Amino acid sequence: MHPILSQLRRLLLYLLGWIPLAGMLTYLLAVPGGLSWVEASSVAFILCLLYAFVCLAAWYPCLATPLDRSSLPRFLFTHVAGALVASALWLLAARVLGRMLAGLDDFHGIDARLSKDFPLLFGTGVLLYLLAVGFHYVLLAVEASREAEARVMKASVLARDAELRALKAQVNPHFLFNSLNSISALTASDAAKAREMCILLGDFLRRTLGLGEKQSIPLEEEMSLVHAFLAVEKIRYGARLQMEESVEEEALTAQVPPLLLQPLVENAVGHGIANLVEGGWIRLEAKQTNGYLSIAIENPFDPQAPQRRRNGVGLANVRQRLEARYGSNATFAATTEDGRFRVALTLPAGGKERIS
Amino acid sequence: MTHEGRKKIRAMLVDDEDLARQVLREFISAHAEVEIVAECANGFEAVKFATELEPDLLFLDIQMPKLDGFEVLELIGANRAVVFVTAYDTFAIRAFEVHAVDYLLKPISADRFDAALERAKERLSGKLPSVPLPANDLAAAARPPSQYLDRIPVRNGTSVFIIPVGKLDYAEAQDDYVALVSEGRKHLKQQTISSLESALDPSRFLRIHRSYIVNLERVVKIEPYGKDSHIAVLTAGTRLPVSRSGHARLRAFLDR
Repeated sequence: MHPILSQLRRLLLYLLGWIPLAGMLTYLLAVPGGLSWVEASSVAFILCLLYAFVCLAAWYPCLATPLDRSSLPRFLFTHVAGALVASALWLLAARVLGRMLAGLDDFHGIDARLSKDFPLLFGTGVLLYLLAVGFHYVLLAVEASREAEARVMKASVLARDAELRALKAQVNPHFLFNSLNSISALTASDAAKAREMCILLGDFLRRTLGLGEKQSIPLEEEMSLVHAFLAVEKIRYGARLQMEESVEEEALTAQVPPLLLQPLVENAVGHGIANLVEGGWIRLEAKQTNGYLSIAIENPFDPQAPQRRRNGVGLANVRQRLEARYGSNATFAATTEDGRFRVALTLPAGGKERIS
Repeated sequence: MTHEGRKKIRAMLVDDEDLARQVLREFISAHAEVEIVAECANGFEAVKFATELEPDLLFLDIQMPKLDGFEVLELIGANRAVVFVTAYDTFAIRAFEVHAVDYLLKPISADRFDAALERAKERLSGKLPSVPLPANDLAAAARPPSQYLDRIPVRNGTSVFIIPVGKLDYAEAQDDYVALVSEGRKHLKQQTISSLESALDPSRFLRIHRSYIVNLERVVKIEPYGKDSHIAVLTAGTRLPVSRSGHARLRAFLDR
């Protein structure tokens, strides 16, 4: 929708802006043009009122020819052609107006006198249209910056939201309950192992505690959190849970939002391994190329498994956080193929936030 | 079965985690009157052994590979005492709807375990009134609330077969059973057709007759049959009778 036509207040202001232009046209028609002042002012005001609306049409070619993304020839051609067409229309209107006014007593013969001024009118029409083009580009720029501002606001609200939710969900209580039950089992059969599990669990919990305040952490730190988590789960699932990692040395120093991978690994265990009688391998790859960190986590799953609760909550959470923090600079894709579930993500390795 | 003086309670443990079964084993070892007849690590095994061994008492985890605890119970019937053992408190209401004896939350305490065992004994000795649900209602009670089925587990002897609802062509009532037809095979399940109807997504399945539910995706055409009735023709060429009210509903669907 046209930004000026959509609001009456804007339209009135815009038309007010045309009054000085109509005054100037009056002068042109009266002094070099040879019309009487009454004739000149009548014609000028009516023509300017008409042309004010014609020039609003410049919005559409401006919209279609963005300043930063159009070639110069295309830019010139579009607007010069627009100016010629608009001005020609204006002349036509002037002619019709001349004929109509000539019928009145006070304006007798004005059509003949006005037609002498057609070259002058045509030139003015072209210039006025080009002025309107300039005006519309300013308008576009203002709109764009306003939109960008709104987007940044929305993104930062979303980011804070997602982070908060992520932190609330950081430790799945059922993970805790199940681990405590395992410890309880081990106390009778293998006290040393029970103690080891207590320590591993404590280690994992302590690592998650401090992460809330941090904006980003090195991948290495996130990986050690994942290891602490898996060490606990490994005691629960035994041989069913296997992990294979290939993380490039260079990627370890990349900055990532805290608790980015842990929910994905938890998901791989809970929705993949836990549903398989024989368990399977979770594969994690991370590498850094051209300033971007790409991470893939893959796990086998049973496509026929019973539905589980919390399904996909962890995934949605990670996706939202990436989106809120990096916008289109990060990607997230979850795919299934041949009984394997794969989550692949890329994000700027510097941990820098979106450039707005 | 042992017959030395008093009859022992024959218990079965079902949990995919070895350590979780270990806790139960340890707690049970304090009760000489209870004997563990089998330990299972997944839903299929649980159905197999429960059918073969007919234990009196089941300690049943809920989230497991292959079948969840509710599906296991649905397939083996409710004429035994069941104690659910899980880390999730969210299933408690459903557990009591399927008349579980008790619901133990992990980590389990010995006291709490003993109390559950006591209740199970009362149920088994008939002191605690047990109102075993007919298998028909059990299937309905075991279904997650406010959610339509996405798969139907069926049992043939000791083996389990899973029918994803998308592969179900139609269901036919046969006395106390429904015959589920999928990929050219017929599977019998102890359930009423009405309870199956309410468990299926009404935008995908329609009761076209007192005895038939059809997968709408399979309906090719409807042909008139006799004076008042119709026949639905399915993709596989099967012809199913359509009642008068069923025809009105079917038309309403196909005309959309």
